[in-house]
Amino acid sequence: MHHVVLERWSRRSSPLHRSDPRAKIFVLLVFLIVLATTHRDLLVIACALGGLLMMGIVCSRLPLAGAVGRAAVVLPFSLAFAAVCWLAGDPARGVYLAVKSYLSALAVLLVVSTTPLPLLLRGLEALGAPRFLLMVAQFLYRYLFVISEEAQHMAKAAQSRGATAAGMVGQAARFRAAAGALAVLFARSYGRAGDIHRAMLARGFQGHFETVTALRFRRSDVALAIGGSLAPVALRLAVERLT
Amino acid sequence: MAPLIEVRDLRFRYEDGTAALNGVDFRLDAGEVVALLGANGSGKTTFVMHLNGLLGAERSESQGSIHVCGMPLNKSNLAAIRRKIGIVFQDSESQLFMPTVLEDVAFGPLNLGCSAAAAAERAQAELARVGMAGAAGRAPYHLSAGEKKRVAIAGILAMDPDILVLDEPTTFLDPPGQRSLADLLRALPQAKILVTHDTAFARSICTRAIFFQSGTIAANGSIGDVVDQFGWDFAPARSSPGH
Repeated sequence: MHHVVLERWSRRSSPLHRSDPRAKIFVLLVFLIVLATTHRDLLVIACALGGLLMMGIVCSRLPLAGAVGRAAVVLPFSLAFAAVCWLAGDPARGVYLAVKSYLSALAVLLVVSTTPLPLLLRGLEALGAPRFLLMVAQFLYRYLFVISEEAQHMAKAAQSRGATAAGMVGQAARFRAAAGALAVLFARSYGRAGDIHRAMLARGFQGHFETVTALRFRRSDVALAIGGSLAPVALRLAVERLT
Repeated sequence: MAPLIEVRDLRFRYEDGTAALNGVDFRLDAGEVVALLGANGSGKTTFVMHLNGLLGAERSESQGSIHVCGMPLNKSNLAAIRRKIGIVFQDSESQLFMPTVLEDVAFGPLNLGCSAAAAAERAQAELARVGMAGAAGRAPYHLSAGEKKRVAIAGILAMDPDILVLDEPTTFLDPPGQRSLADLLRALPQAKILVTHDTAFARSICTRAIFFQSGTIAANGSIGDVVDQFGWDFAPARSSPGH
């Protein structure tokens, strides 16, 4: 599971891991804006921004190949859109789309891999992200693994009774069985949501998540916020002036 | 001495018309450990869900009266009563919804109005009490079933309840885990209600048993008498292997 690996990475130790999440989120936002608004010399600027991200990954003591590979998870989606642009006679736009989405994913991955989820959510909340959205993100993160495990158990149960992926193709009855299994998974997830809500109420939940995680914005975080946000802007300006 | 819980003529009907409780009278005194026995669907879990208002508090389908520590169960007392009764749910996975063990155990105290520092301190103390002090920073899905159960109990103990309700506490636990849970429960001073099918476990810690049948209490007495009256022990047929 991707999120299990990311969680393990987020518990490592490095200066970036120790930084306040608000500083990292701020730098990420600036980075994404710089990337999204770049149109001239995109490939050169992308190389410079990519280098910046790689430097961040190495400084955070994360596995470079692993991080670069995991960020590629967005490529199937962006390449599909890139193919549409190419077919529409605008291949440059397709390349730009793929490059921008990949670098954005790598930047987000760097922040998520250096910030444990409770701190990340606290940081987002402090910066004004809607609480409801954060609560949904938290539950999704927590229970994705559980639901995926349930799905795997159901798949094994089906396999133990002779079901195969190949056997599903073209067989209406078996396809219906797979759809039924999916419905059971939804029903179980719905039931679990009810159980979780009851467990929350039983412990006095009144609609707002409090947390014990305290955030501290230190001088090093100020330096990161300023330096980290100026770096992509400066790189872009430099490339645009030189070309 | 006033009872901790006093239930009179409790009746409850689910929205689909199923009558789950048909006039239950119950009393729990300080220091008692009571086992709730009975077939699946006999009303045990529905009954305990009423004790802190998770069912019935806001529904007209519920009739009768519930008093907890002298307080009548109604909407205005709900928060106070949920502070008095801690429910440990059957599936700990649904109870451990926060990203880390420490955050989860501190969830209740924070809802009770404790400061972040006090809640963290209380959570650490309860984790130490259940033998899980080293797990504070871990994610709940990395824990074994026995560890999850202990953390779930710590989350309830952190609210300092007068009464503990445990729904099928031995589910998913191996025999050493069950022994360890029994030792832990024996060491806790609170009055306890155990919903269980595990009569051996119940015999090891309970002082009294109640047998539910079709939404009513069919028997109330010593655990040995109740188990014998309903033949509720697992007694394998005396036949040779292979027959």
